[in-house]
Amino acid sequence: MDTALQNSHMATAKPWGRVRRSRYVADRALKIICTLFTIIGAFVLGWILLMLIIEGAQGFSPLLFTQTTPGPGTQGGGIANALVGSLILTVLGIVVATPVGVLAGTYLAEYGRTSKLAEVIRFVNDILLAAPSILIGLFVYTLMVQPMGSYSGWAGSVALAIIAVPVIVRTTEDMLRLVPGSLREAGAALGAPMSTVIMQVSWRAARAGMVTGVLLATARIAGETAPLLFTALNNNFWFKPNLMGGVSNLPVMIYQFALAPYQNWRELAWAGALIITLSILALSIVARLIVKKDQAR
Amino acid sequence: MSQISVNTSSAIGHAAAADIDAPIRIAVRNLNFYYSDALALKNVSMNFHDKQVTALIGPSGCGKSTLLRTFNRIYSLYPEQRADGEILLDGQNVLSPSVDVNELRARVGMVFQKPTPFPMSIYDNIAFGIRLYEKLPKSELDGRVEEALKKAALWNEAKDKLRQSGMGLSGGQQQRLCIARTIAQNPEVILLDEPTSALDPISTGKIEELIEQLREEFTIVIVTHNMQQAARISQFTAFMYLGELVEFGQTDKMFMTPTKKQTQDYITGRFG
Repeated sequence: MDTALQNSHMATAKPWGRVRRSRYVADRALKIICTLFTIIGAFVLGWILLMLIIEGAQGFSPLLFTQTTPGPGTQGGGIANALVGSLILTVLGIVVATPVGVLAGTYLAEYGRTSKLAEVIRFVNDILLAAPSILIGLFVYTLMVQPMGSYSGWAGSVALAIIAVPVIVRTTEDMLRLVPGSLREAGAALGAPMSTVIMQVSWRAARAGMVTGVLLATARIAGETAPLLFTALNNNFWFKPNLMGGVSNLPVMIYQFALAPYQNWRELAWAGALIITLSILALSIVARLIVKKDQAR
Repeated sequence: MSQISVNTSSAIGHAAAADIDAPIRIAVRNLNFYYSDALALKNVSMNFHDKQVTALIGPSGCGKSTLLRTFNRIYSLYPEQRADGEILLDGQNVLSPSVDVNELRARVGMVFQKPTPFPMSIYDNIAFGIRLYEKLPKSELDGRVEEALKKAALWNEAKDKLRQSGMGLSGGQQQRLCIARTIAQNPEVILLDEPTSALDPISTGKIEELIEQLREEFTIVIVTHNMQQAARISQFTAFMYLGELVEFGQTDKMFMTPTKKQTQDYITGRFG
């Protein structure tokens, strides 16, 4: 009965089973391989986090936040100076980088869509985005540290800003390009000059993405070590209010303490690493929440 | 169900008769338009009458939207597009470089195919255009916003959520918001570029009714793909084909007795 029905209705249809078995195998295999490597990647990440938490938690104490980093051979100590130093360097860096990055990104997306100059800037920005950060440290060393005759927090902030700028330029441009052209036309059609359309329409429409870009750039520079090695350096004291002569900071502190022969130094390095990681994680989560909230709107 | 029939029936075939003595508001003279090197409008000349609805119809790519986009020089956002010839608005050639393009756009408003609410509150969407050219005390601005929303038949739906984002409205409401935003500036001419093609029939009916009312105050030019819509709401119709103006005249005459064969073929659905 079944076959009769099939034959009568599907007389011209090709029979089943024409798809080769190897295709099913390839299909399954790709899925399994992809899943496997995802698990491997996630596992390594989880391992790092777990190790950080276990090791970092051992060195965790309220003293971390009140005492300065200890000298060689001294007991105890905290990382208060490195924490505050890192905070200052990062904030200064991002405060310098944000206007430069946002305005340059705006130029690329709004004014320079088709211009040659914009193409060149975009290319240079992409190079800068991929530049090894130690080069940027050396660059700022010759630009600021040598002429000023001293390491300084200013040099460190400038180096961090140079790393953050291309990230912000890129995200700003990408986010502004997602704003539909019809919105700009609608603004222009009301007789709004281009500057008004950009500031009140494009920026507003791209706001969440642009803020996210700045937050991610912050997270990026908060953990940078190489550019600070030749600029802000690191020491075991509170920095001077004028930020001259080296400013202690977490990444370089970790770099120096982690391999030291002193048990308390190594514990402080783990604690510092945990704090940096948690801060970056928090920034990334905030960035995600902003995007999510914007999409829900 | 009953609402649908009320809305559509009131819009069908109830366009007021054309006023052939109405003064000419916009006069197009020998207009050519280029996208880079491609000629998109060929020597177009026609008149648009004051406080009348003129529909531009024709198959895709015939130049009707291009023509519309010359009236407020919105095409000039794109450097590869240019127009030559004359478009006289109250006798002044708006294509002349001496005409300030932003001032022109405040006088000649435009509503697009897809609703384009700005990412701000309903109130600010409408105040945006007013604030560009007028500095008003808050109470007066409130009044203008209310007036614009009322004229756009959106006040009842929006009055309790003026502070909420304009993006939260439905498609039809968003389009009426865009119309409100345009008329809040007190323009003389309103350009509508297929304003209902992205909307459902009920919303379309509401917009058509609205156009009928707005005609009492503004000169309206509408591009539409929908010939029934052109018949329902316009007093004058221009049929365009391949960048040329084929026929222009009173809507009822054109739909009953087109003089050109091409027009007749298009209207009767033989091509397009």
